[in-house]
Amino acid sequence: MKARADRGAGAEGSDRSAGHETREPFRSYYGRPIIKEPTWKVPDVPAYLYLGGMAGASSVMGALAQLRGYSRLRRVGLLCAAGGSGASVLALIHDLGRPRRFLNMLRVFKPTSPLSVGSWILAPFSALSGAVAVSELTGFARPLARVVAGFAAVLAPAMTTYTAVLLADTAVPGWHETRRELPFVFAFSSVAAAGALGTGLAPRSEAAPARRMAVIGSLGELLASRVLEQRAGRIAEAYRTGRAGTTLRTARVLAAGCALGALFARRSGSVAVLVAASGTAASAATRYGVFEAGRETARDPYYTVVPQRQDGRSER
Amino acid sequence: MSPDGAAEHPLFGLARAAQPGGDVRTSASGPVDSPAGGNRLSGPLADPSAEAGYSERHPERMGFFTDTSVCIGCKACEVACKEWNLLEEDGLDLTGMSYDNTTELGATTWRHVAFVEQRIDPSTRARVDIGMPGMGAPSTTPEEGADSDATEVRWLMSSDVCKHCTHAACLDVCPTGALIRSEYGTVVVQDDVCNGCGYCVPACPYGVIDIHPDNGGAFKCTLCQDRLGSGLAPACATACPTESIQYGPLDQLRQRAEQRLEQLHEQGMTEARLYGQDPTDGVGGDGAFFLLLDEPEVYGLPPDPVVTTRDLPAMAAHAAIAAATAALTVAACFLGGRR
Repeated sequence: MKARADRGAGAEGSDRSAGHETREPFRSYYGRPIIKEPTWKVPDVPAYLYLGGMAGASSVMGALAQLRGYSRLRRVGLLCAAGGSGASVLALIHDLGRPRRFLNMLRVFKPTSPLSVGSWILAPFSALSGAVAVSELTGFARPLARVVAGFAAVLAPAMTTYTAVLLADTAVPGWHETRRELPFVFAFSSVAAAGALGTGLAPRSEAAPARRMAVIGSLGELLASRVLEQRAGRIAEAYRTGRAGTTLRTARVLAAGCALGALFARRSGSVAVLVAASGTAASAATRYGVFEAGRETARDPYYTVVPQRQDGRSER
Repeated sequence: MSPDGAAEHPLFGLARAAQPGGDVRTSASGPVDSPAGGNRLSGPLADPSAEAGYSERHPERMGFFTDTSVCIGCKACEVACKEWNLLEEDGLDLTGMSYDNTTELGATTWRHVAFVEQRIDPSTRARVDIGMPGMGAPSTTPEEGADSDATEVRWLMSSDVCKHCTHAACLDVCPTGALIRSEYGTVVVQDDVCNGCGYCVPACPYGVIDIHPDNGGAFKCTLCQDRLGSGLAPACATACPTESIQYGPLDQLRQRAEQRLEQLHEQGMTEARLYGQDPTDGVGGDGAFFLLLDEPEVYGLPPDPVVTTRDLPAMAAHAAIAAATAALTVAACFLGGRR
């Protein structure tokens, strides 16, 4: 529980550490963090973020494919929705300090807690999606399953963005100060992830909507991420440097590759598989990069002290 | 809890507050403005316990006023807290941070005494860099050596603790209802409910609450909830030999703090300031507030903390629009042909 004062700055040291030449000097307590770094584990929580988003967009894809008569794409969408949301639930439970008490998440409904609201979205969504998937695989009660899939698809869009509010409603500067853009990054990233899986897993003759999702979702993710960094001010440094910067740059290359590949995936099965891989990796890397950027802004007191000092009581 | 108020038993109060009705603090529907007329998610709030659903007979809001100008750094508060609350030893490292080998508040440290060494000019009380090993560029340490009047060493000591915020982010975001508002207006964790999700940890703008590495639950100062009911003061305040830690009804503490501040200013200690006493600040004022002799960040405190739930309606709106965008984007992708 204890960490050494490894930053070495004296209690009175104005921190202007190497590599941060453009930073305003600020005072701190031996360079130690002011807020606590999230105790959420890797890969549990980044996986939870990715899987839930992918499942949400897949559910919408599956339900619309069902409406429009794409039977194979429907199958991919509904199975990905069930698999993704089920795995998301498992990742969340595995991250708990006391996993056996996971049902306490459903003990109350608290509108002030994004995790409570999120649990009340995730639990029915994963249950409905799981039931639909069983019907999809066994053929049991198929007419009923179509209705249930529609219900799941109504909850599904919220699955793509509630996790952004979950991160943003914390004192972590890297997440709270990007609270306006984060839901859009996650929403488009989810559409891209579902589209990429649809492109790779459904027959090419049926995957046209999925390919469009991969293209538009990836481009939207790139655009939203760019807006996020431009509006992030001082926080942008955490998104551009270190492990988060490397991860997010990789995610951008992968997303661009996914979008480009999806344009040509109609003609080649191997390209379609590459689209699925790159889109999945891009979406997962985006979540992990955002997660890591937030952790960095929690570790470094600069991100807490200087914005609070300079922005006063204004809207932060 | 006063005996004549026994109809509202503390445990019943706790149990009821943990129900959905007791926890819901949204301003989304109905006339939910606080008695002070503020938003329930942020801003001044006269009586957090009443807002959480306790009856009018609940006790006064209790708190701490930590006057660091008389703290001698004895750490009796840390020891008394550990002893009373049965908190285990959590490391015996030497940190090189003056006398502070505790380093921070956490799951097993609910009081933490900070030590800061400064060299000052005794006549002007201006602070001069003491030349501690640092990463600062030379330009940030101008006066060292040049200012021969900087002869006095000043030791800043401050006993940090959970702030028991008027608008507590940890309580707001807790998904299980484990974190509740007590009848004393404090914020406490119900260990038998907490499932260790960890959301409270990054939500706290002060970095107070933490997950216990061994048992997985969230822990922090309870203001000695188990002593208050018997009319006892919290262990730390009882142990404090200089009355640096003062415990009492928050209204009285605020008045006392203003008097003390005035007194110090008259004595020429113009650097004295109150921290966390202002009900209009970002967390609606702290139940545990401080008199400091330097900027908050020098003690490891955030200069202007905010309960981020203040922005929850706006964040929910952004998320809803983004979710609708995602749905419409997918729908648009199904409009085209099959190629």
